[in-house]
Amino acid sequence: MVTSSSPNSFRTGPDERGHFGIFGGRYVAETLMPLILELETAYNAAKADPAFQDELDYLLEHYAGRPSPLYYAKRLTEQLGGAKIYLKRDELNHTGSHKINNVLGQVLMAKRMGKTRVIAETGAGQHGVATATACALFDIPCVVFMGSVDVERQSPNVFRMKMLGAEVRPVTAGSSTLKDAMNEALRDWVATCENTFYCIGTVAGPHPYPAMVRDFQCVIGNETRQQMMKAEGRLPDTLVACIGGGSNAMGLFHPFLDDKGIRIIGVEAAGHGIETGEHAASLSGGRPGVLHGNRTYLLQDKEGQITEAHSISAGLDYPGIGPEHSWLKEMGRVEYASATDNEALEAFALLCKLEGIIPALESSHALAHVMKLAPTLPKDNLLVMNLSGRGDKDVPQVAARMGMKIES
Amino acid sequence: MSRIAKRFAQLKADQRAGLVTYITAGDPDVDISYQILKGLPAAGADLIELGMPFTDPMADGPSIQLAGQRALKAGMTIDKTFDMVRRFRKETGDNDTPILLMGYYNLVYQRGADKFCKDAAAAGVDGFILVDLPPEEADELKPFAEANGLDTVLLTAPTTDDKRLPAVLKYSSGFVYFVSVLGITGTRSATEEAVQTHVARIRRHTKLPIGVGFGIRTPDQAAAVARHADAAVVGTAIIDRVKAGLDDKGKAKPDLVPGVFAYIRALAEGVRGVRKA
Repeated sequence: MVTSSSPNSFRTGPDERGHFGIFGGRYVAETLMPLILELETAYNAAKADPAFQDELDYLLEHYAGRPSPLYYAKRLTEQLGGAKIYLKRDELNHTGSHKINNVLGQVLMAKRMGKTRVIAETGAGQHGVATATACALFDIPCVVFMGSVDVERQSPNVFRMKMLGAEVRPVTAGSSTLKDAMNEALRDWVATCENTFYCIGTVAGPHPYPAMVRDFQCVIGNETRQQMMKAEGRLPDTLVACIGGGSNAMGLFHPFLDDKGIRIIGVEAAGHGIETGEHAASLSGGRPGVLHGNRTYLLQDKEGQITEAHSISAGLDYPGIGPEHSWLKEMGRVEYASATDNEALEAFALLCKLEGIIPALESSHALAHVMKLAPTLPKDNLLVMNLSGRGDKDVPQVAARMGMKIES
Repeated sequence: MSRIAKRFAQLKADQRAGLVTYITAGDPDVDISYQILKGLPAAGADLIELGMPFTDPMADGPSIQLAGQRALKAGMTIDKTFDMVRRFRKETGDNDTPILLMGYYNLVYQRGADKFCKDAAAAGVDGFILVDLPPEEADELKPFAEANGLDTVLLTAPTTDDKRLPAVLKYSSGFVYFVSVLGITGTRSATEEAVQTHVARIRRHTKLPIGVGFGIRTPDQAAAVARHADAAVVGTAIIDRVKAGLDDKGKAKPDLVPGVFAYIRALAEGVRGVRKA
């Protein structure tokens, strides 16, 4: 099942059936198949339509606030004493994470396709907030499915979504986290597909979602190329990003996949530790399987029952990963590492202290790996870490973890 | 000729439609589930769908989701599901009633499509209905199913238009399953007119028998479907009878199994009351 020789380019996938090697595909109920084919056709047309890209570019610049800065983190660099660390500041985007990049693209697609209702799943609530935001902007009714466990631990985002006019539907099935929210969104979509657009938040799901979401997120890597050329006169040496489904990572990585000298590392959530079995690291602790419309690495038991992921970060708490990451792992082009809950919390605290930036718990996983990696690299190694989200939403949870009460 | 084809030929000779009953294997436990399976033909089931419980049943409503959770909690596995079928063939001597496994593709994929088909055929299974394996991906399974004499029943939906139907039919054998409503199992019901229109449309493309399911809850609804289709498929409403037979602790009350059979007999009467030319 492992693909053999290295291709000339790592950037040409997927094939016309939506496969990246053996990964990806369209494993969905027949009711949805015609809709997915319609989306593929519509997306191909949009890609070829300069007016679509112009409108998206305008929104990214004037509404979301792009380009996001590429910031040289001097104090962090000095503290770690190795690689020169740059943070790609996607946490400064409107709504506080990279999710808005994709959502603006998809909501424009929904409009283009004449859909009158948008649904989304969310884990940490960042994608839900972004979707609720874009739907407010375009005056489209929006329903966000969120596991009831996540509703609890990311309450600030639940409130934000409601303020923005979205309906938040807590999901109590299964483990009541992101995978269950996605199941419920798919169930809604099967019943409402004639008027509803499903805005998937990551580079997963049936084709064309993994490719489409990746394309919308590639603005991160494309900007990074230009910004690094301007800052240092050359491309970076090392890229690091956290991975749940993997959209912020794919957005940073993809434009650099064919630059052979660049070391690229995705960081999964190791929860209590891979060895404990309580983690969300599909690539390190899972194997290929079929769920949510695609074949990819999944956490599952011997028979193929999906096992529950664990991570302190609701956005990484998912037993799967985007299929293109599975392929890149098997091709050996991207390295995949992991960071535990505790390592992420340490990283969270460090960035607050040294740089005055409160990172999302998701992005803190990437930083936790940077803390291990940077000291081993030479000082002229240019390292870019995607700071994919801000941590305001995590403050109540981190405070509780530290035994502190938030009081006014 | 496969058991499924034979059964539909017999139904045609009898000038009536068939009743297809769905139960989740292992719900509420392996023993009760087997008791139900064993008695289905006598209660009036012409074909049997045996659901393979899965943690993430994306196309199912709350009833079948919970049935799957009960079964998994009771320790249901694929091997035990095969055992149920093997035991059914051996103990009842019923070598005519087709049994189809219904569920999600990952369970097949993890065993390996080849081995899964071999094991299923050896146990006495007749075919598959895999919700998340549309024609676009069906070539992963089809050659192994064919090699082992197993039918692949693909789903068609109201959204499957005339242009797309041939692609679905290309991978279909045994019968065609028409999902009569947009939505998950057990939520809404189609009108008789809608069923009539879609069945007529599908018939223009195929000679395969057509089974219609989703949203059939009463003998009258089953009869209405039987007037147009070759079989009516009932799932959620049966699962609801199983659930109604559980006590507060989730244990089967004595009237669970008889209650399920009484309900199926009523459905069968509805279906059998319709004479077909």
